[in-house]
Amino acid sequence: MPDSGINVLFLGKNFLRLLEGLWVTMRISLIAVILSIPLGILFGMFMTLKNPITRTLSRVYLEFIRIMPQLVLLFIAYFGVTRAFGWNLSAELSAVLVFTLWGTAEMGDLVRGALISIPKHQYDSAAALGMTKAQTFVFIIVPQTMRRLIPLTINLTTRMIKTTSLVVLIGITEVLKVGKQIIDANRFDYPTAALWVYGVIFALYFLACWPISSLAKKLEQRWR
Amino acid sequence: MRLRFDFWNQLNTEFMVKYLPWYVDAAKLTVAIAFWGILLALLVGVICSILRYYRVPVLHRIVAVYIELSRNTPLLVQLFFLYFGLPKLGIVLSAESCAIIGLTFLGGSYMAESIRSGLESIEKSQLESAASLGMGQLLMMKEVIFPQALAVSVPGVCANMIFLIKETSVVSGIALADLMYVTKDLIGLYYETDEALLMLVIAYLIILLPVSILASVLERRLRYAGFGN
Repeated sequence: MPDSGINVLFLGKNFLRLLEGLWVTMRISLIAVILSIPLGILFGMFMTLKNPITRTLSRVYLEFIRIMPQLVLLFIAYFGVTRAFGWNLSAELSAVLVFTLWGTAEMGDLVRGALISIPKHQYDSAAALGMTKAQTFVFIIVPQTMRRLIPLTINLTTRMIKTTSLVVLIGITEVLKVGKQIIDANRFDYPTAALWVYGVIFALYFLACWPISSLAKKLEQRWR
Repeated sequence: MRLRFDFWNQLNTEFMVKYLPWYVDAAKLTVAIAFWGILLALLVGVICSILRYYRVPVLHRIVAVYIELSRNTPLLVQLFFLYFGLPKLGIVLSAESCAIIGLTFLGGSYMAESIRSGLESIEKSQLESAASLGMGQLLMMKEVIFPQALAVSVPGVCANMIFLIKETSVVSGIALADLMYVTKDLIGLYYETDEALLMLVIAYLIILLPVSILASVLERRLRYAGFGN
């Protein structure tokens, strides 16, 4: 009877390697979120413009990004863009690119939703007080949209972390790939390693996302 | 850098026609997995939301744990656990079953949350009025709660359906020959990247656009069905 597969996690640096693998996807999602927030705010403001051309453009962009599975977008960036432009995008760079484009679209829609939820009388009252447009925006609109946006943005982060797990399918060595390497290396000594390794990866993702989404839920309830 | 403005002219149409049947088969698999996954997820969602709504002792706590577990982990990781991990416990499932079970596990919690938000939007006065008319729990659910909750839940449920169809794209990770798998295969075999990717995008548009349009039509119609607002 061979040893229980759980011991494989404590062999050498295996557990540390899994954590490093998780960090690879975390890093991609962090960079993408950090880039998406300012870009998304701009895109959201862009979407509220009354111009029909900008409206159609932003609508098409948003709908295309939304309706395509993120994996399809990854494939387009990784296989397609490389060929079309002759750029040699690394898998990681294409992942950052795709998740930033996706995050910008999602964040933009959140910003647009928050902006149009501000009643018109807020603008009118600010104007009546003699505030300029810039002052109205900074002192009246931004503080009110923030309350709505912060929980939603935190939620977007957990979605980003979950979705970046896809990058293993375009060949990035992240936590699932490292897990597979560990399982393959110990196939004979620990035949049940797969159960434990994938179980631990499941738990790691949960431990990474759960506190963040709980925080978002708390803030949402408090600021309602 | 070499920009290719002649994208459409350079397409190898012969290749696309030849491998169209591959995409049709793959699309059928994608649709089948999505169909069963969504159906079962709805079932799980209805059961879980009712358990949560009536605060059934013990069970509603278990459901709460399930919802947190399923919403905070990616489908791909869930599938890897089901497909590669569970056989070590002696539970061997086919890739198709894994995909459907995984999609149900993921979708169930999303559906449960959408349906519950509908149930909880019903005001207490409605329940009290129904009770004062002598309605029992079952009749109250059927005649008062459910019809009103439906209008609130449907947009969320539809969004979840689209989300779940999109999520099926990860089943290629457990070697199911879905649209992603076929595309990767063709790119690897023949290097006809543009054609394979174009067909992939079109296939997903054909599947997802009608659902998305139907969802927005339904949502618009149901907006008038809301009671008292």
